[in-house]
Amino acid sequence: MTRFRCAIHIVPRRGILDPQGKAVADALHSLGFADLSDVRVGRHVIVETEAATADAARARITAMCEKLLANPVTEDFEIASVEHA
Amino acid sequence: MKAGIVRFPGSNCDEDAYHAIADHLGQEAVYLWHKDHDLQNVDLVILPGGFSYGDYLRAGAIARFSPIMREVIAFAKRGGPVLGICNGFQIACEAGLLPGALLRNASLRFVSAPAHLRVESIATRYTSQYHLNQVISIPVAHGDGRYTADADTLARLEGEGQVVFRYVNGDGEATAAANPNGSLRNIAGIVSAEGNVLGMMPHPERALDTTLGSTDGVPLFASILESMLAEVKA
Repeated sequence: MTRFRCAIHIVPRRGILDPQGKAVADALHSLGFADLSDVRVGRHVIVETEAATADAARARITAMCEKLLANPVTEDFEIASVEHA
Repeated sequence: MKAGIVRFPGSNCDEDAYHAIADHLGQEAVYLWHKDHDLQNVDLVILPGGFSYGDYLRAGAIARFSPIMREVIAFAKRGGPVLGICNGFQIACEAGLLPGALLRNASLRFVSAPAHLRVESIATRYTSQYHLNQVISIPVAHGDGRYTADADTLARLEGEGQVVFRYVNGDGEATAAANPNGSLRNIAGIVSAEGNVLGMMPHPERALDTTLGSTDGVPLFASILESMLAEVKA
C-alpha cells in the first residue's frame, strides 16, 4: 500500500447563485480588475489515504466526494491531483 | 404522544423543542443522543435547530451520518413523522428525507428576525390547525437558509402541494423583499411526498408565547397532536 495525498476542488454548480463569489467579484471590480467575468468560491480539501495504486486512491476519493464531501444537488467536485504523500 | 428530540453536538434549540412538547402540549418528550441507536418508541422525531458539528463542511452534512440518523431515516421510511426545524431542515435534506438543499443566505448575512409566512397547505399533519393562506409570524435565525432545488423538483413540489410555508410580506405577497435568504420561490418549508417529513427554516418552537412576540407556532404543534390522537383512535 502507498500513501497518497489527494487534492479536491468542490465548487457551486453552474446556474446556482454563489453570493460569496459575487461579493469577491464585486470587490475585484472595485479594485480595477474590470476584465473578470465570473468568480466562484468553493472549498479545497486535501485527503491523505492509503491505496494500492493511484487509480485506486482516485476511486476511493470519488466515493468520499459522492457520499459526504460534495452535495450533488448544489456542488460539483474535481480531483485536482493524486500524488505520493 | 411521545416525541424524541435528537441532540447533536451543536444543537441549541433542543430545549425549546422539548418545552414545546412537554409544557405546551403536555406530552412526553425525550432527548435522543446522536450516538444512540434506539428511538425509544417515540411517535414523532424532532431534528432541532442549532449548528450540528459546527456546520463544518456544509450545514447538516456531518450530522446526517450520526448513528441515530440511521434509525431516524428508517423511521421516516416507515411513515413516521419527522419535523426538521432550521438545522434540522438542513439535516433532513442532506439525509435525503426531503429534496433540495439549503445554501448560504444570498445576502451573506445571518438573519435573526420575525418573518411573515403564508400557509400554503393545510392538508398536512403539521398545518391542519391553520387556515389556507393564513399569514403568520414566525422568527427565523439562520445563515444558511436559501432553499434550492432543480427545476423539475420545484415543479413537482409546487404541483403536489408540498410547499407548505412561503416567505411573504405583511400583506401576504411573496415578494423578493420579504425573502430573508434568497430561497427559490420564497420557499420557507416543504413536506415530503408522503407527507410525514416537514422541513422548515423558521422556528415555530420560538413562537408559542406572547412574551416571545408571537403565538403563531401553537397551531403547528396542535396540528401534530391532533393527527397523533386521530391515529390512536383509528
